[in-house]
Amino acid sequence: MAMTVHCDIVSAEQSLFSGLVKMVVVSGIEGELGISYGHAQLLTALKPGPVRIIKEDGEEEVLFVSGGYAEVQPNMVTILADVAEREIDEEAAQKAREEAEHALHKAPSEVDYARISAQLAEAEARLRTLQAIRKAAGK
Amino acid sequence: MAGGKEVRTKIASIKSTQKITSAMEMVAASKMRKAQDRMALGRPYAQRIRAVIGHVANASAEYQHIYLQEREVKRVGFILVSTDRGLCGGLNINMFKAAIREMQAWSQKGAEVEVCAVGNKAAGFFNAIGSAVVAAVRDLGDEPQANQLIGSVKVMMDRFAEGDIDRLFLVSNEFINTMSQKPRVEQLLPLPKDDDEMLKHEWDYLYEPDPKALLDGLLARYIESQVYQAVVENKACEQAARMIAMKSATDNAGELIDQLQLVYNKARQAAITQELSEIVGGAAAV
Repeated sequence: MAMTVHCDIVSAEQSLFSGLVKMVVVSGIEGELGISYGHAQLLTALKPGPVRIIKEDGEEEVLFVSGGYAEVQPNMVTILADVAEREIDEEAAQKAREEAEHALHKAPSEVDYARISAQLAEAEARLRTLQAIRKAAGK
Repeated sequence: MAGGKEVRTKIASIKSTQKITSAMEMVAASKMRKAQDRMALGRPYAQRIRAVIGHVANASAEYQHIYLQEREVKRVGFILVSTDRGLCGGLNINMFKAAIREMQAWSQKGAEVEVCAVGNKAAGFFNAIGSAVVAAVRDLGDEPQANQLIGSVKVMMDRFAEGDIDRLFLVSNEFINTMSQKPRVEQLLPLPKDDDEMLKHEWDYLYEPDPKALLDGLLARYIESQVYQAVVENKACEQAARMIAMKSATDNAGELIDQLQLVYNKARQAAITQELSEIVGGAAAV
């Protein structure tokens, strides 16, 4: 049997992926994680970033996840995303990043600072995901 | 002509009622479709997080989150999901009955009961029968949003965490199909265990970041998503039940109109016959 693991990716709005994969790469809160068959049980929070799925036939797919949780069992991976996207609007992401950077320079209070840097991180993660999608497509 | 006019006005009034009920039926049918779509969209997430939580409850973890601990039951909390409006058949009443049965079972075991009401109907009913209503959400509208619910759900979670309640149930309607909805009572806290044999041995997760922060977030998310899904599903139930109730009201109005029409026609016919025989009788006398 090929070393595959069942992977489910769901967001509050929809189910994005369900099927067997060779490996999933997610951005965990403490760093990137590559998960394949037989991984130890793991629970992790996710930060905004790309999720790379390497399917059974070697085909790659990249999605954007804005945060959430991932659960790993030896034979399955479940990704519970807050918001997940297949298509990324590059212009909107660029604009969001610029706005966040701009706002960061004159951040008036602690609370705002935290919120704006979260926005900035999300916009940057979107752009990074976009690059990863292009790379996967260009290969 | 005996009562001909009265019968005619009665028919007119039933006809206008019939128009209203058939309009409500059509509105409910179109809203039901949208509500069903929303329910279907949220379902995968609710099911997956439920499976994950089932695994988490089975882990023999060093750190036992308070939501996982079974305690002696002194006080039980119920989150009741009802509709905002009436005219939807027995939907709410059936759900209230199921809830009250469950509450009585707990009272007999000596536990006190408190209620978090979602929707105008539950809030009104449980206030009226004198239950302890600790939180209420009203007027959710046709498209309930998760953030409308978070406040009251948090009240119940906090009460559990502080030991004010020892068990938390969610009572709502289950959408089976358009024709039938069934009340459902499920336990939210402490978390019910998944009985998957694969998970029976001793094991624990690696947690990133530390277990407390992670589980706090994940478990809160779980409860919120279950309540939200129940509310969305209840909305679909409401529209379906209303559609059926209004359909039978429209049909009944139709039957009533037919019967009254018969009475009216007979009365008219009798009047004409009488008039004719009077004329014939008069002519014969001349």
